[in-house]
Amino acid sequence: MATTLQPPQTKLERKTRPNDGGIGGGFRLLVPEAGDLRAVADPKGEPTRTGIWVGLAAIAMTFAALTSALYVREGAATDWHHIVLPPILWFNTVALIASSVTLELAWKQVAAFMRGQISSRSRAMLWLNLTLILGLLFVIGQYVAWLKLRAQGLYLPTNPNSSFFYLLTGVHAVHVLGGLGGLSRVQLKFRGIAGPLRRSTMDATSYYWHFMGSLWLYLLFILWLKL
Amino acid sequence: MSQTSVQAAHHTAPTGFIRKHVFSLDHKVIGIQYYGLALVAVVTGMVLSWIMRIHLVWPNSPIPGLQFLSKVGAPGGVVTPEYYLSLMTMHGTLMVFFVLTNAPFAAFGNYFLPIQIGAEDMAFPRFNMMSFWTTFVAFCILISAFFVGDGPPLSGWTAYAPLSAVGPDSGPGQGLGQTLWGLSIFVFCIASLLGSLNFIATTLDLRTKGMTLARMPICTWAWFITSCISLLAFAVLMPACLLLILDRIAGTSFFVPSGLNVSDHLQPHQGGSPLLWQHLFWFFGHPEVYIAILPAIGIVTHILINSMRKPMLSHRVLIYCMMAIGFLSYMVWGHHMFLSGMNPFSALVFSFPTLMITIPATIMTLIWLGSLYGSNLRINAASLFCLGFISMFVSGGVSGFFLAQPSIDIYLHATYFVVGHFHMVMGVAAIFGVFAGTYFWFPKATGRMMNETLGRLHFWFSFIGTYCIFMPFHYLGLAGNVRRYSAFTDDFLVPLVPVHKFITYAALFTGAAQLIFIFNLFYSRFKGAPAAANPWEATSLEWSTPSSPPPFDNFAGQHPVVYHDPYQYGVKTASGADYVMQTSPEKILTT
Repeated sequence: MATTLQPPQTKLERKTRPNDGGIGGGFRLLVPEAGDLRAVADPKGEPTRTGIWVGLAAIAMTFAALTSALYVREGAATDWHHIVLPPILWFNTVALIASSVTLELAWKQVAAFMRGQISSRSRAMLWLNLTLILGLLFVIGQYVAWLKLRAQGLYLPTNPNSSFFYLLTGVHAVHVLGGLGGLSRVQLKFRGIAGPLRRSTMDATSYYWHFMGSLWLYLLFILWLKL
Repeated sequence: MSQTSVQAAHHTAPTGFIRKHVFSLDHKVIGIQYYGLALVAVVTGMVLSWIMRIHLVWPNSPIPGLQFLSKVGAPGGVVTPEYYLSLMTMHGTLMVFFVLTNAPFAAFGNYFLPIQIGAEDMAFPRFNMMSFWTTFVAFCILISAFFVGDGPPLSGWTAYAPLSAVGPDSGPGQGLGQTLWGLSIFVFCIASLLGSLNFIATTLDLRTKGMTLARMPICTWAWFITSCISLLAFAVLMPACLLLILDRIAGTSFFVPSGLNVSDHLQPHQGGSPLLWQHLFWFFGHPEVYIAILPAIGIVTHILINSMRKPMLSHRVLIYCMMAIGFLSYMVWGHHMFLSGMNPFSALVFSFPTLMITIPATIMTLIWLGSLYGSNLRINAASLFCLGFISMFVSGGVSGFFLAQPSIDIYLHATYFVVGHFHMVMGVAAIFGVFAGTYFWFPKATGRMMNETLGRLHFWFSFIGTYCIFMPFHYLGLAGNVRRYSAFTDDFLVPLVPVHKFITYAALFTGAAQLIFIFNLFYSRFKGAPAAANPWEATSLEWSTPSSPPPFDNFAGQHPVVYHDPYQYGVKTASGADYVMQTSPEKILTT
């Protein structure tokens, strides 16, 4: 059985961005030249943006599973011995939050450079480098926290609290290392070494980094509450 | 779509053998690679099942050559009870992960989803390549378990703790073998997550001009919904495997309780919860079975519509049903745990959504049957397998209604009734979907037709054979035949051995019949009759590519524009054809 269709629909693009000459949602360009590293536009679909949210959903689900494992394990036996969280964790937290702040500042500087409002990369690089250093400090600080626990005789299998401490901080640190890798890649691209830097790449990396910060705050809360 | 949006997945034509056929960024090559891996896995898994079936009915007979695979597990070729469990574990793991997650979803989805939405490639081609090779590494790690020390693990594909968590004390294969299993599945999870991410981003962002979500073919919808389910499910299995590995090698006690004495050794763990493993595993495990079946549902529906030359009664309701199944699949995991000792009230909490999930499945079945009624179905190998799918889906699904009720499950849990249920839906129905997809899309992927006679022969032998194998399982289960037993020596089991003999003969026969398919597949690849551009007179975008197989960027630099939904069949057209392709701007006349 056949149906009549209305004439072919041609209006299908989402009108969420202003008309920018058909180059999609990227940075507005003042002087696009051939070979100009700033002459990069994002595709309309921006799968990088979708991809990062999807990836963050998966990571969130992983930590939700670990949280539920913690709750079930706590209730499973009477061997839940509270541990004292090493104070360096608070310093690490400050470092990670500060790195989010410096990343936002870096973002603004990168955007300004891409728009041609400033001609030098140095300020953007400064903030990017600071972000990397603070992130690295966080990871090193987490390792120091592990050393402190070991000094108290608390190793991975000692008791369930220590197991979850090492587990949660370790899995988070692995993801932070991944984030550091992403930030390094952004830096290389910004310097023009590994291809042009797209806005969506910068955005995706910063969303990931901020998520790592928020995730750490959540984990710290859980560690403080439960362990 | 504007020029720049092409750059999202744009990569230049590959040169060189390695780039073209090995480390390829082309989603089509990756799809074929996944299919090939699934083929190797299914043959391996099937051979394992033959060994199991032969052992069950002739327990003392040596199986020639097996002693070379494992001196300890099969001395003189006779399978020991422990090795039987190892074979069963590897059979299940290979089939569920490397066949049922790979073939209908990763293989067909990778190949056809980008083409069906008019894209050049997946959103992240390098992630795509990584995801296949990571799966391959996971496969290699799993297979290596056959060749290490004590052999493969024996805890089942479900790897219940504490058996799987305590180490070598719990049996042969529970040392390095189980750790390799855990590592393999952990790596597989990473690969699956990358793949799902790709599917979701591609479907949402790379659709061509005119391709709204509503105009996507139903198999694309199925792959998309499956990837959403898969993303959240594998994200839970991954930490579960990590915890299992830590219990095994780092001495933690996530799953191992206190005071456990295994093989006269007091285990050095304390306070863990075996139930925790079951919760984590089945929270993944139930969505996993829908990950296995939903793509097959999509493929079968898509092919049936083409074969019927008319759309389904309601395309939209089918999609809503698939979404409902995906959503509900996260609420029912406890129905695998009715006998685990949980609070009986929780059984009610899980039983209710399990029964609810039968509703969308039934609606889909009724839509298929209602649409088939009165249609002029074109019979070919692909459509036969689709009909076989519906038959198997109903037969296998109906036993699920029984198992969903805790009071009945008390009796039927861990019997052959359950084994019959999941084999019919996963082991047959989903595989029939893969077969249907293969026969249907082979002309597009290779430019040649598969042999139709061999295809129909394959269907009838498989259809009759699998019914002969798996229907009696329900009878066995009702008679009390416990699953995962390597021998039937109890008084109440001995009378059932003749039934097992019948099943074994049927299994060997059906397995042999698959050789027809494998021969057909490889022979037709090189010597099959050349296929027309659109041999099935189909409407979706993959049939509008300039060549078969499609060029590396699918549409030779063009960007198709879509004007219609994908199921304009049975329509009157100016050219006299009874279908209008999605890319055709032709107006459709009323009857």
